[in-house]
Amino acid sequence: MTALSKNRRLFGSLLASLLAQLATGRTKNRHLMGWLLASPMALVLMVFLVLPIVMIVIVSFWGATEFSIYPAFQWDNYQFLLTSPVTYKVFLNTFKYAVLTWAFTLTIGFTVAYFLAFHVRSLTWQIALFLLCTIPFWTSNIIRMISWIPFLGRNGIANSTLMSMGVIDEPLEWLLYSDFSVILAFVHLYTLFMVVPIFNTMMRIDRSLIEAAYDSGATGWQTLTNVIIPLCKPGIMIGSIFVVTLVMGDFITVRFMSGSQSANVGRLISNDIGLLQYPSAAATAVILLITVLMVIGLLLRFVDIRKEL
Amino acid sequence: MSEATKSGLSRRSLLKGAAAGVAASAFPAPMIWAQNIKDVTLRQFGTGVSNINEVAQKVKEDLGFTLEMTALDSDAVTQRAATQPKSFDIADIEYWICKKVWPTGNLQGMDVSKIRNYDKIVGIFKDGKLTPDSTIAQGTSPNSVGFTDGPDGTKFADHETGWMTLIPTIYNADTLGIRPDLIGRPIDSWAELLNPEFKGKASLLDISAIGIMDAAMVCEAMGEITYGNKGNMTRDEIDRTLAIMTEAKKAGQFRAFWKTFDESVNLMASGEVVIQSMWSPAITAVKSRGIPCVYQPLKEGYRAWGGGIGLSKNLSGLELDAAYEYINWYLDGWVGGFLMRQGYYSAVPETSKNYMTENEWGYWFEGKPATEVITNPYGDAMAQPGETRDGGSFEERMGHIACWNAVMDENQYMVRKWNEFIAA
Repeated sequence: MTALSKNRRLFGSLLASLLAQLATGRTKNRHLMGWLLASPMALVLMVFLVLPIVMIVIVSFWGATEFSIYPAFQWDNYQFLLTSPVTYKVFLNTFKYAVLTWAFTLTIGFTVAYFLAFHVRSLTWQIALFLLCTIPFWTSNIIRMISWIPFLGRNGIANSTLMSMGVIDEPLEWLLYSDFSVILAFVHLYTLFMVVPIFNTMMRIDRSLIEAAYDSGATGWQTLTNVIIPLCKPGIMIGSIFVVTLVMGDFITVRFMSGSQSANVGRLISNDIGLLQYPSAAATAVILLITVLMVIGLLLRFVDIRKEL
Repeated sequence: MSEATKSGLSRRSLLKGAAAGVAASAFPAPMIWAQNIKDVTLRQFGTGVSNINEVAQKVKEDLGFTLEMTALDSDAVTQRAATQPKSFDIADIEYWICKKVWPTGNLQGMDVSKIRNYDKIVGIFKDGKLTPDSTIAQGTSPNSVGFTDGPDGTKFADHETGWMTLIPTIYNADTLGIRPDLIGRPIDSWAELLNPEFKGKASLLDISAIGIMDAAMVCEAMGEITYGNKGNMTRDEIDRTLAIMTEAKKAGQFRAFWKTFDESVNLMASGEVVIQSMWSPAITAVKSRGIPCVYQPLKEGYRAWGGGIGLSKNLSGLELDAAYEYINWYLDGWVGGFLMRQGYYSAVPETSKNYMTENEWGYWFEGKPATEVITNPYGDAMAQPGETRDGGSFEERMGHIACWNAVMDENQYMVRKWNEFIAA
């Protein structure tokens, strides 16, 4: 206890003298101040982000028996992963989910944000309606997802309503345990992640720009495509990054909504973990990480977020 | 040796010393033993099915010592038994897990001369035969991994040696569950799972070790594949089995695959699925919602599973004595009755009879119609008067085992292929 407090006091006085030096300008190195200010965040990221990832990369080269893992340096996990046709099929499926979910959430999210930002005039109503959008987030992710199951089932509400309305004669089988239900759940879960950043950038658009566009004789559509969408790009990009990373990393939605019939990369990893094949799971995770980083890198090439913000 | 081990040993040797001191003294040993044993704590872990809190409570009441229970899934149980022998005293594992774990030497053989009811244990666990003229089923049958050469044996013996690896505790015969109201005709074969009549209304469990067995039962019943041993398939047999299942999957035969108990109940109760692999308590759960559901006996026979209690090699002295006392108590009937009233079987059915009413015994064991409402230990109604158990009596059910849950030599290959099937 005392040693700790002594250390802390020592560190404190050291820091104080350092800051004093900086303040009096005896130290010319302005970078030092920057480094010091950045260090707490850097430390947190180092311990909670970089180290675990390094660990995963290391374990991905280890070997595994049926019960245990042992340190080694071997390419077996990657070799198996990259030569199996299943891997490619599953990655393709993951991309399919990501792209479709992205397209739907973008369309819906943009429309909702546009309505909130430009059609709702009073700030009170904007806030009220925006809060309304977040209400589903008051319950857990899993509950929101599972509640679709009785709704979409063979004897579920959707089918019985359609049948009583005479639209269909037989229950629609593809409503549940299909790609449709997986995408539906994803869109439902993640649209808000699109709405928030797009709404945010829309609110910061200078209204006089829109007036200027109208004054110059632009139609509503031209204003949208030439003024609003370009100015919303950072919001769209941030929302896209959210949605794409969430969908690509998911495993539970795919498992429940497809009735375990479809697989994505997350499920490959969770299966491996279930079977205690941690190195193989780690290798899959590394490949997934690289893939997601590549996707984000690609997205960032379209918009320089730092400049736009 | 780690620090933890040293302290563990010293604690035990202390207890051993205490026990020896007591034995040497003039007092009658059992009484003192009963005093000391109150301080003993045994750590048991296993799959959820028999890790029941009521058992731990009853142990405290009847035997006086503390039993700590940990329930894990079967993969975690396997790993722990194989890699962390110091973390438990008693392993409650299935026989196929025993096949994987025993060679690690983490469990000790049990001296059957200390097991009072050994002679009454059903033949399935001794010579593998329920009756002298029955044949031994395929797969990891309990008798094939139930005996070893001595207390330190690491190999399995093929006959009764007097040293058991696991003392059998709980077992049952699994089959397909069906919704008779939605099917409307008799079902008598595993092949019906892939009958196009049930397209989009069938399900299979997505636990590779068990799912592959159900798949094999189906393929064999269809006459597509004849297996050398369903419990130990060759790579070719695995490929062909999963090719048939993949084809059916692509044709839309399956509505979903399930992994947890609840999922199987919901699939069946909601009518999404009318025929699927199922576990006995799940059938009960569906029925308790007032929905007809039958654990359908099939002509090809059942897929059986069994579990038992194994002792950690680190157990010795007073704690070992307490563990034997626990095993004897386990086979004495109270637990057996508790389990049998949920639809499982106990290793020594005749002692369980003392803890069941005539009506219960008749319904669960003898396959007779219930004379009164049958309830499980928690008070839920399981059957109404006049109903009989699906599949009938103990002999009819356990006498028609086609295959035991198993771990194959090609397990790793099978798991990979299974994952491909799920992703297909």
